[in-house]
Amino acid sequence: MTTQAGHPSDPERQASVLRGADPAAEVQAQREPAGAPASRGTVAQVREDLRGLLPEEAVLTDPARLATYECDGLAAYRVTPGLVVLASRPEHVAATVRACARHRVPFVARGSGTGLSGGALPHADGVLVVTSQLRTLHEVSGEDQRAVVDPGVINLQVSQAATPLGYYFAPDPSSQQICSIGGNVAENSGGAHCLKYGFTTNHVLSLDVVTPDGEQVTLGTRAPDAPGYDLIGAFVGSEGTLGVATRATVRLVRLPEDVRTVLAGFDDTDQAGAATSAIIASGIVPAAIEIMDALAIEAAEAAVQCGYPEGAGAVLLVEVDGPTDEVAHELAEVERICREHAAIELRVATEAADRAAIWKGRKSAFAAVGRISPDYIVQDGVVPRTALGQVLRRMSEISAEQGVRVANVFHAGDGNLHPLVLFDGGTEGETERAENVSGMILDLCIEQGGSITGEHGVGSDKARYMPRMFTDEDLDTMQLVRCAFDPDGIANPGKIYPTPRLCGERPGRHQGAHPLQETGVAEIF
Amino acid sequence: MELADILGGACPVRQAGPGDDVDGVMPRVVATPGSTEQTAALLRTCHQHRLAVTTRGRGTRLSWGRPPRRLDVVLETTAMDRLVEHAHGDLIATAQAGLPLADLQAVLAEAGQQLLVDDLVGGGTVGGLVATNACGPRRLVPGAPRDLLIGVTMVRADGTVAKAGGKVVKNVAGYDLGKLLCGSYGTLGVVTEATFRLHPLPEATSWVEADVPMAELAGRVAAVRHSQLVPSALEVDAAPADGDGTAADRARVAVMLAGTAGGVRARTESVRGLLGAGAQQTDPRWPFRLPGDDRTAPRTSQEPADRPVLLRMTAALSAVPELVRHATAASVAVRGSAGVGVLHGRLRGSTDPADVADRVQRLRRWCTAHGGSLVVLDAAPHLKQAVDSWGPVGGLPLMRRVKHEFDPAGVLSPGRFVGGI
Repeated sequence: MTTQAGHPSDPERQASVLRGADPAAEVQAQREPAGAPASRGTVAQVREDLRGLLPEEAVLTDPARLATYECDGLAAYRVTPGLVVLASRPEHVAATVRACARHRVPFVARGSGTGLSGGALPHADGVLVVTSQLRTLHEVSGEDQRAVVDPGVINLQVSQAATPLGYYFAPDPSSQQICSIGGNVAENSGGAHCLKYGFTTNHVLSLDVVTPDGEQVTLGTRAPDAPGYDLIGAFVGSEGTLGVATRATVRLVRLPEDVRTVLAGFDDTDQAGAATSAIIASGIVPAAIEIMDALAIEAAEAAVQCGYPEGAGAVLLVEVDGPTDEVAHELAEVERICREHAAIELRVATEAADRAAIWKGRKSAFAAVGRISPDYIVQDGVVPRTALGQVLRRMSEISAEQGVRVANVFHAGDGNLHPLVLFDGGTEGETERAENVSGMILDLCIEQGGSITGEHGVGSDKARYMPRMFTDEDLDTMQLVRCAFDPDGIANPGKIYPTPRLCGERPGRHQGAHPLQETGVAEIF
Repeated sequence: MELADILGGACPVRQAGPGDDVDGVMPRVVATPGSTEQTAALLRTCHQHRLAVTTRGRGTRLSWGRPPRRLDVVLETTAMDRLVEHAHGDLIATAQAGLPLADLQAVLAEAGQQLLVDDLVGGGTVGGLVATNACGPRRLVPGAPRDLLIGVTMVRADGTVAKAGGKVVKNVAGYDLGKLLCGSYGTLGVVTEATFRLHPLPEATSWVEADVPMAELAGRVAAVRHSQLVPSALEVDAAPADGDGTAADRARVAVMLAGTAGGVRARTESVRGLLGAGAQQTDPRWPFRLPGDDRTAPRTSQEPADRPVLLRMTAALSAVPELVRHATAASVAVRGSAGVGVLHGRLRGSTDPADVADRVQRLRRWCTAHGGSLVVLDAAPHLKQAVDSWGPVGGLPLMRRVKHEFDPAGVLSPGRFVGGI
């Protein structure tokens, strides 16, 4: 779960949040993950190896500067990295990773550091490879509908560069003004519009990757269907555990002819949820469908005065885009369905400024919650859309039973919930209660056949929940991919998987086909 | 002890007979597990005995790729042909691997939904779709099967059963093994169940077709691509001129529109305008068939020696019209998505192995230089021996390592895939 402190500058509050998450165990996990070989070297050895290979100013050792990289967007977990490398060329990344591989020192890649699951949480005895200075936009082509970018390029910059040509980059995480493409690739970032346009994984054609042994490899081609295994499919969303992307070729999508945004107020989330189901059942695939409940609306109003319908127990935000005629039809359908489901108010925005005003409340929701609660935990569970009503009712029961307030903001179209569990870390026992409620919500998602994370990633935060969703065999099979890329377990160890096994511990690892047999030179009968 | 007896405890097994060969290589037995559990039991036993296994659905694309280096057991999925779940309100469906795609689509259509893929060969199964990641014209918007697959149940070479993904469309928990399995030709595991995201059937569809001079192809295609009409397919088709070495001088372009009745009507007119004089509203069959396959009757089995050389050629989008010209000049009939950058080709003319290999190599160099690749999906056995099916593969050493982790004994379709994997 994502624990977001309302006062990021207050170390005591951070500490209190950490206590709930058993900080000793967490930090220990970062320090020496299961599966680590005994003979780890030190960051000092890596530092020595890098002399002459990287500019001196690219390698940070000053404790004060190292400390500024101690956390990503999930500030509750903090570990000061042993060494920070600010790479400004792919070769810097390769040289650093090679040195890490030589000494079996862990490395963690980091882009803008906006991730919400502690995926870029540093390793105390490892190297943090920062890619945010690799920020060249090499190419934006409308003719080929492709952009070729460095990992440090900001998500929104890609769309801004493509818009004059009539194109954009579809994945639009809420942090798109600051998050980087490298981070999007690592986390398989989504966003409000992925309901219709897919996630990062559906938009990456080719990647230059530094593998955990320091090799530079190009995967995929500018065109789809490159021969061989779909290693890009495995790499995107692997949260930095399979290597570091140093260049990406991504698909650009044609800007829609028309976009309309509907804001509908309802008495409660049940009605808003029922309207959502009816919209989907009608055959419309909107660009986005979002719901906010009363508590989330209250927070957003306090923060940005978004002017959502007064007295609404829930707001539904629906965006439709595409050719003008289709949009007109879909808009009429959405309006009709909302009225049928007793919408108390209905607004339609056509102009970009009006649409932005509607989105403002939604996009500010996470931060806004900080105004009504000192601390909060952001969840990212997913349930089948048809289970939304049931899950929301159960969540409000849990909230009442446990005496913990939960604000709800969610991507209703794809069942991705972002419950915000509110608490005051300064009050005895509240942190534990909030953590408990958070865990209950995740269990609820798993019970319904859903997922513990829709877009924030597993990272450091939810690794311990993976065994609730997957069997040992499932996790073991995923580890096979890890072992192929990173047999020494040095790429972002401790993330995603709670107890990575040692590569090669499986009997028969070295009983593979004979090289002559494998290459077809000889056959063994 | 006979092999059938050794394996018979796991699932129904019979001696292999005529028609059971995989691209000319005969297995000893054919096993037909009826469940994931039986598949696991079978593979466990095969693994103990280091028996080589190739998985077969209905065999419609079984000759694609390379022939297996060795083969003992054909694992047939046809007894696993159930639709496990169709949650229409969630727009997802889970099917067993042996379910024919056509049967799946028929059930989905009753609820006004579809799995947005095209089976260009016809008669294929869900498992075959995953194994080849093959699709057709309507991939333009939703992508390939790898983009629609959201969950998978697989059995590993040693019989371990594993799942990845799930049944929700949005899910980033753990590695996306489904994508790794898509297009892996059965070399990493046996997929027994797959869950897909579905799309609603549109209220209306239409096709606009035009026959255009080669010199105008690039302009017409670009006009459609750059429009905001959101076509569901943008296809090209061209056949080589009679004499060798001359490019086709004309090509067919077809554009599919889908949506509401009113919207489609208006956009159909707009596309007619973009495609120029002579553009007609039609109901073409050819975009749903491989080049050179203009059958009206169902496909009949072919003598191996008569199997056409089937290519998959890709290039950067702006290079596609030029690829059409180049390919036809090399006596290749081409057909495919100009909106995606993936074309299928059928080699015509000389069947001399050296000549075929040379033409493939030259065309491949062109595709590679233009941001794409060329794969020889299928060919007669004597031609496969002469050609490099895959060409350069980025990340091949990593792929070998992945294969080695999943199948260290090399028992799953050895030799069928890139680099001898």
